[in-house]
Amino acid sequence: MLTGFIFYFLNVVPGTGGEICMSRTMKTIGEVTDFRPRAIIRVIGRAMSVPWFWVGITMMATGFFSLLGLLSVANVSFVFPATALSYAVGTLGGKLFLRERVTPQRWFGVLLVCVGVTLVFFGKQ
Amino acid sequence: MTSPQGLHLKTFTLILIMVSVAPLGDMFLGKGMKRVPPMASWAPADVFHFFFRAFTSGTIWLGIGLLLTFFVAYLLVLSWADYTYVLPASSISNLLIALLAYFVLHETITPTRWTGVAFICLGVFVVGRTHLRTTEHR
Repeated sequence: MLTGFIFYFLNVVPGTGGEICMSRTMKTIGEVTDFRPRAIIRVIGRAMSVPWFWVGITMMATGFFSLLGLLSVANVSFVFPATALSYAVGTLGGKLFLRERVTPQRWFGVLLVCVGVTLVFFGKQ
Repeated sequence: MTSPQGLHLKTFTLILIMVSVAPLGDMFLGKGMKRVPPMASWAPADVFHFFFRAFTSGTIWLGIGLLLTFFVAYLLVLSWADYTYVLPASSISNLLIALLAYFVLHETITPTRWTGVAFICLGVFVVGRTHLRTTEHR
């Protein structure tokens, strides 16, 4: 139970934090307009030169390994809906750390998604 | 800079890639991890043994490959779209999973689950009506 909770916490908090760092990295890189494989590799190379990328990778790796740990002690049908909270945590993080303008409409949409993901979970029982 | 129509089209395309490969990657990871015995303790040797067992599974590597594809699409879309736009929009994968389960696997989808999917679709629709970029990008 405690192991599951630790894995859950490490999946939601550093996992979401890592995504925010990645978003910050890509905002620094700028809009990608060329989608040829070579260009994409170049973009990833440029992203890797941004310090936020490595902070993000470290946090996302923590989240990923925690996900593996969580999957070993709980069912997939529990794990993914249970991470519904990450939508709200992520939106708050995007507003605070990325200075994105989260309008009431967007908050409402996120709330609907959180409710929906939770219902999908209960609907599988 | 891309035109608003172009921006929406490439955002839609990349989110479609993300929501198609991520559930498959998750499924393979889940399947692979079920074959790995739970971690005996937090002792370094047990932790190492646990992850060693996990990374010698082909199913897990297939899951990782699909999730890497997801990751690249995710990075690209974040180069122009808000994180707070992409995050809820990607939850539309729940609709795809339910449709696949119903039409391909012929599973029974409970009314509660369909209601959840409807909430998610409505939420994605509401978020989709907001501006997909609210900050200055370089």
